[in-house]
Amino acid sequence: MGISDILFYVFAAMTLSCAALVIANPFSRNPVTSAMFLVLTIVSMAGLFVLLHAFFLAAVQILVYAGAVIVLFLFVIMLLDLKAEARRKIKFYGLAAGVISVGAIVAIFARNLRSTPLHALASPTAQGGTTALGLLLFRQYVLPFEVISVLLLVAMVGVILLSRKDSK
Amino acid sequence: MNWNFVIFSIVKIVIVIGVLQTLAAYAVLVERKISAWIQDRVGPNRVAPPFVKYIPLAGPVLTRMGIFQPLADGVKFILKEDFTPAGVRKAYFWLAPAISVIPSILVVAVIPFGSYMGHQKMVIADLNVGILYTFGIVSLGVYGIVLAGYAANSKYPFLGGIRSSAQMISYEISMGMSVIPVFLIAGSLNLSRVISWQAQHGWLLLYAPLSFIIFLVAGFAETNRLPFDLPEAETELVGGYHTEYSSMKFALFFLAEYSNMVAASGMITTLFFGGWTLPFWGLDQPAHTAWIGLAQVLVFLAKMAFIMTLFIWVRWMFPRFRYDQLMDLGWRRFVPLALANIVITAVVLWARS
Repeated sequence: MGISDILFYVFAAMTLSCAALVIANPFSRNPVTSAMFLVLTIVSMAGLFVLLHAFFLAAVQILVYAGAVIVLFLFVIMLLDLKAEARRKIKFYGLAAGVISVGAIVAIFARNLRSTPLHALASPTAQGGTTALGLLLFRQYVLPFEVISVLLLVAMVGVILLSRKDSK
Repeated sequence: MNWNFVIFSIVKIVIVIGVLQTLAAYAVLVERKISAWIQDRVGPNRVAPPFVKYIPLAGPVLTRMGIFQPLADGVKFILKEDFTPAGVRKAYFWLAPAISVIPSILVVAVIPFGSYMGHQKMVIADLNVGILYTFGIVSLGVYGIVLAGYAANSKYPFLGGIRSSAQMISYEISMGMSVIPVFLIAGSLNLSRVISWQAQHGWLLLYAPLSFIIFLVAGFAETNRLPFDLPEAETELVGGYHTEYSSMKFALFFLAEYSNMVAASGMITTLFFGGWTLPFWGLDQPAHTAWIGLAQVLVFLAKMAFIMTLFIWVRWMFPRFRYDQLMDLGWRRFVPLALANIVITAVVLWARS
């Protein structure tokens, strides 16, 4: 077992346990704690991307999600008064629905994994650089890429329109 | 496993962290001296261990320069009472100083501080996505401040934390976009290759002056230095996010600010001032002898010291921005300017190719 195998198990365990602690933390119902565990989840996922040689994806993962999106989460959590949220107990129906949906996803994954022969998984090559990704995005997938961009732009314009006070 | 690589990497990491922390400590002294000169004072000039004055010739000079002030400050910080206020959220109160220091140290890993010494490349990690790594790590620095403000459980630190989260995210955008023309021109995200491009064609400061200005100003905002030190604005927020901190925990915030400044200076030197190269005396080529390698490291440190002096000088020359002015500058001036800069650079490069 090489060092990258060990690192894979470390990062995978960290991702799963931190992700579980985001949604169901037995020690604290504090939303800030959940947000911080989400940061840890994302950072360990970036570690997994690095092990797959997807350096660009790893850097962008940390830059966008850990560095911006969750900071905004924190911003909102701190501005709103979430004391009621912190006191809320885990509800039975919510828990049951969550377990069922997670179980369904795991079942689908397990079935697919069993039907895929393991040797068919190619070992990753160093193709996660910016050049390869840029060529893919702007040649092969240029239409989906631009459509998603426009979608995000529409969402942003909508938010600005909704949050604007009437200037009249 | 390649033990040679492991050993040399550890040696480089230890040396770089040591130099970084020393530079951060002495930046405090330089800051106090420069502020004193600007305000027509003398600045620190007393601290010296008793044996120093008996050193012939150098002794009387050394006792007057305040050279031992950072050591005295360090001892003072360690010996002070580490007070934890009653109402704080303990876990975050302990975590926040550490979280703010770690990114400021990690950032320097990708900055090439020299060419070669022997067969060792003078950079800890020569990543292909170097600059993206830097921005990723820098963007984590905001958590230390936000959590410190949250953990203190009192109004002024809280306001400081809120301000910093908004400010640092806003300026990250213009900072990230300001360097895109640099990489369009140099043609690589790898910082070593950016430097070798500059060695051939001249400093990028001449090619992308607008990028430099935006990056510099955004750098002031990201390191929370005046005129953008709103998270800790003393006159409005007592001490901002670190109001409730004392002793070594406070010192860690202080250290983080100065390490960030050192890292930002290193980044500006690398991107716009040619890194470890000088256009004459053969210093623009990778070194073959250890002496030239050492000279290039010194060139890098000298350029960095120049930028750091600029950082310090600006702090004592300009008043603080108002919060709405800060946001206005970040979003309505710098973001469009940076976008225009990208488009113009791309069009010029396309027309010339």
